[in-house]
Amino acid sequence: MSQNPSKVSKGTSKNSSASSWSLLGYLGIGAFFGIVLLKSEAVSWFRIQEMFRFQGFYMYGLLMTGVLTSALVLAVFKKLGMRSLTGEKVSVGDKPWQPGQRHRYWLGGIVFGLGWGLAGTCPGPMYALLGYGVGAAAVALLSALVGVRVYALLAKRLPH
Amino acid sequence: MIETLSQPWPWYVAGPLIGVTVTLLLLLGNKTFGVSSSLQHVCAATVPGQNPYLCYDWRQSGLWNLVFVLGIVLGGVVTGLWLSSPEPVAIAETTVADLAALGIANDGGLMPEEIYSLQALTSPAGFLVVVLGGFLVGFGARWAGGCTSGHGIMGLANLQLPSLVAIVGFFIGGLVSTHLLLPLILGGTTR
Repeated sequence: MSQNPSKVSKGTSKNSSASSWSLLGYLGIGAFFGIVLLKSEAVSWFRIQEMFRFQGFYMYGLLMTGVLTSALVLAVFKKLGMRSLTGEKVSVGDKPWQPGQRHRYWLGGIVFGLGWGLAGTCPGPMYALLGYGVGAAAVALLSALVGVRVYALLAKRLPH
Repeated sequence: MIETLSQPWPWYVAGPLIGVTVTLLLLLGNKTFGVSSSLQHVCAATVPGQNPYLCYDWRQSGLWNLVFVLGIVLGGVVTGLWLSSPEPVAIAETTVADLAALGIANDGGLMPEEIYSLQALTSPAGFLVVVLGGFLVGFGARWAGGCTSGHGIMGLANLQLPSLVAIVGFFIGGLVSTHLLLPLILGGTTR
């Protein structure tokens, strides 16, 4: 007699149980990433100043090794036709690059950069600092949300 | 163990760990690493109005991302409780001197109290840095379709030309803020 409940649930209610388990997984991966952001001190306004003044290698080393390891893993996954736990073939969508979708990158990029240079925090660090107990990060995050809301209002009229 | 982890981590450790984050998201649910879309999902979940940009099924496309950023907050809590280090951020001496000339001291803590704190929000410099800076980060990230994580890490790792263009933009903006705007903002109030 196979009364093993885990065996039964594996076959029958795969989707519902998998999704709540996977949400717990995203929470864990997020926590891991938050710790990495804080312990690398990439969340620090000082670090970002050092970067934009070209006076230290830290942020460049961090971003380059981050990109390199990600690129390597992605290339290997694509080559092997790796599947995720959900059974999908691992793939990362292309960013749109047709006419009408080209100007947004440098225009939006410059606006983002102006903010990054002032606040010294991009969205990931805002969340991490909020948890760390930096009250002003909550204000920065709220301001970023207002920024998104205003972007949504103006999006039709902005060049993209 | 905790003591070692509490020290700041070198870039050659932390950088590959960002790659590990990207890998785990791909493996768990074929999810593309990115943080700033969560801001759009928060707006869609709270005050979408009639806006086509904010009226979509955020539970379907964005729930995982919202839980992911909630995790980042949680990681911040964990670090604050058990892994924080009291030393000032180990930035270059030249940066310390440049910032001191602008009235910003690197005397412990991740953020400069003079501008990036709740008390400083009422000063013009603190308001501009935190509120205006935060606003531009949100506005620009969604206009560009990604932030440091989505374009800077994931887009580049996926060899996306648009992401390279966005990063050049990030740097143009950041250089203007650092070398033109910040001296104006800080020079006017702290000296």
